[in-house]
Amino acid sequence: MPGGIMDKLSDPQFILEHNILTVLLRRGLAYSTQLGEIVMLIRKSAVAIFRRPLDLALIVRQMEEVGYNSIPVVLITSLFTGMVFALNSYEGFHRFGAESLTGTVVGLAITRELAPVLTSLMVAGRAASAMAAEIGTMKVTEQIDALHTLATDPVKYLVVPRVLAGLVMVPILTAAADFVGIIGGYLVSVKLLGANPYVYVNATKSFIENWDIIGGLIKAAVFGFLLGIVGCYKGLTTEGGAEGVGKSTTGAVVIASMCVLIADFFLTKILLD
Amino acid sequence: MSSNGALIRIEGLHKSFGPKKVLSGLELDIERGETMVVIGGSGTGKSVLLKHIIGLLKPDGGEVYVDGEAVSALDEKGLNRLRRRFGMLFQGAALFDSMNVEENVGFALTRHSMMSTAEIAERVAGCLEMVGMPGIQKLHPSELSGGMRKRVGLARAIALQPEIILYDEPTTGLDPIMADVINNLIVEMQERLKVTSIAITHDMVSAYKIADRIAMLYQGKIIETGTPDEIRNTSNRVVEQFIKGDSSGYQQGDSR
Ligand SMILES: Nc1ncnc2c1ncn2[C@@H]1O[C@H](COP(=O)(O)OP(=O)(O)O)[C@@H](O)[C@H]1O
Ligand SMILES: [Mg+2]
Repeated sequence: MPGGIMDKLSDPQFILEHNILTVLLRRGLAYSTQLGEIVMLIRKSAVAIFRRPLDLALIVRQMEEVGYNSIPVVLITSLFTGMVFALNSYEGFHRFGAESLTGTVVGLAITRELAPVLTSLMVAGRAASAMAAEIGTMKVTEQIDALHTLATDPVKYLVVPRVLAGLVMVPILTAAADFVGIIGGYLVSVKLLGANPYVYVNATKSFIENWDIIGGLIKAAVFGFLLGIVGCYKGLTTEGGAEGVGKSTTGAVVIASMCVLIADFFLTKILLD
Repeated sequence: MSSNGALIRIEGLHKSFGPKKVLSGLELDIERGETMVVIGGSGTGKSVLLKHIIGLLKPDGGEVYVDGEAVSALDEKGLNRLRRRFGMLFQGAALFDSMNVEENVGFALTRHSMMSTAEIAERVAGCLEMVGMPGIQKLHPSELSGGMRKRVGLARAIALQPEIILYDEPTTGLDPIMADVINNLIVEMQERLKVTSIAITHDMVSAYKIADRIAMLYQGKIIETGTPDEIRNTSNRVVEQFIKGDSSGYQQGDSR
């Protein structure tokens, strides 16, 4: 379309299509369409899980990819989160002489909130992006079409193993993050700030219930499922060559992270009731 | 509903992507055992046509019948049954990057046949031999040249011993020698396996070499069908221009 910016700004058609409201509305519509498609993909994969053959080897490979390969980044994240959290809380409680609560607060925050959410965000950055990139590349090079022509359902072959891997591995990673995060809090409080180790351990042990930990793991399972679905969805809907793969990859991280944080609110609400 | 003789019958096929009309009432019959080559400029909808035949795309209107069976009416299960009668060679070969040549060629056999591992290995070796690439089972797609990839793609397409083979631009992007190797392979498949083939291309050398009949796709329709000789001596201006590669006054295929 020729013409400078001034020409465009005096064109009512252009104004109509490019004002902020129209753009927002269009974005909103695009997001809700995507949401609908994601729900459809969830339905399809739920059906496909129970269809034979069971691709055990594929599931194991994805578990390795999503779970095993994420161990270092998840543990480091959680160790330092526990340490920083202890540092801040100890300082805060010190103001009114309640340092002995540090162990409890660190433990609760880690198991209920920080470990599941941060683990999921790290896995979203590592694994959901990798899923979108791998499946997206397959899409733009017609490998997805090739799967269809070889009478193989891509949802069963590609999506199900990744979603199952997320569902199983993110809670396991979260359990490890719980442990390491609490250790980090202990190290900072006891070794660095000089808290009484007996009091600290006791405060952690006696005020943290099984349900705090289990609730966190349930959240992690839901997040793992969601980030798997989003990574696959972005991969399967990739259009437009290598550039499209790049867009899907970043899109997968953004949407998966948003899904995790939004789902976190609702799950926490449900689990607290 | 009918299939009087023709193995594949395409009736009034319509397909648009958004505002863009790609196919508009395309009609074509493919007889059992023949090699039909559809020619046309790039972006005219040749790949879209192939994808309708094997049920990868659903038509907006019209229908593809294979053996009298309406493809767009099939459910997932029916489609998978139908697709086992087809082999397809994709333009970029579409080999699975995550697998070696043997796993690629044996993919459908591993998933859909009762064959033992040893039987599959033997069949894979046979298919690779047939395309002139024996002994490369353990190589990965990234280690293969364009021509080698196409040949492995062909080996994968014939592994389930299909009745119908679809070729999407089998010679595009290859040097003339390699293109000739592929052309010879397609002719050989025809003679040895007695398959029905549909190839789409804009390479006239290839079309003349492999075709029993040639059809020209232009502005969403088949505008002429004939034997290679008939096409060579066509009186249709558009076809004549295309086969001679004359660009003067030529309208790009997509109708606006
Ligand atoms: N999945 C799709 N979504 C949108 N447009 C498509 C899609 N597939 C093909 N097209 C469009 O249809 C037209 C015909 O494409 P194609 O059949 O690939 O051409 P060719 O004759 O070169 O094989 C092109 O303009 C292409 O952009
Ligand atoms: Mg094409």
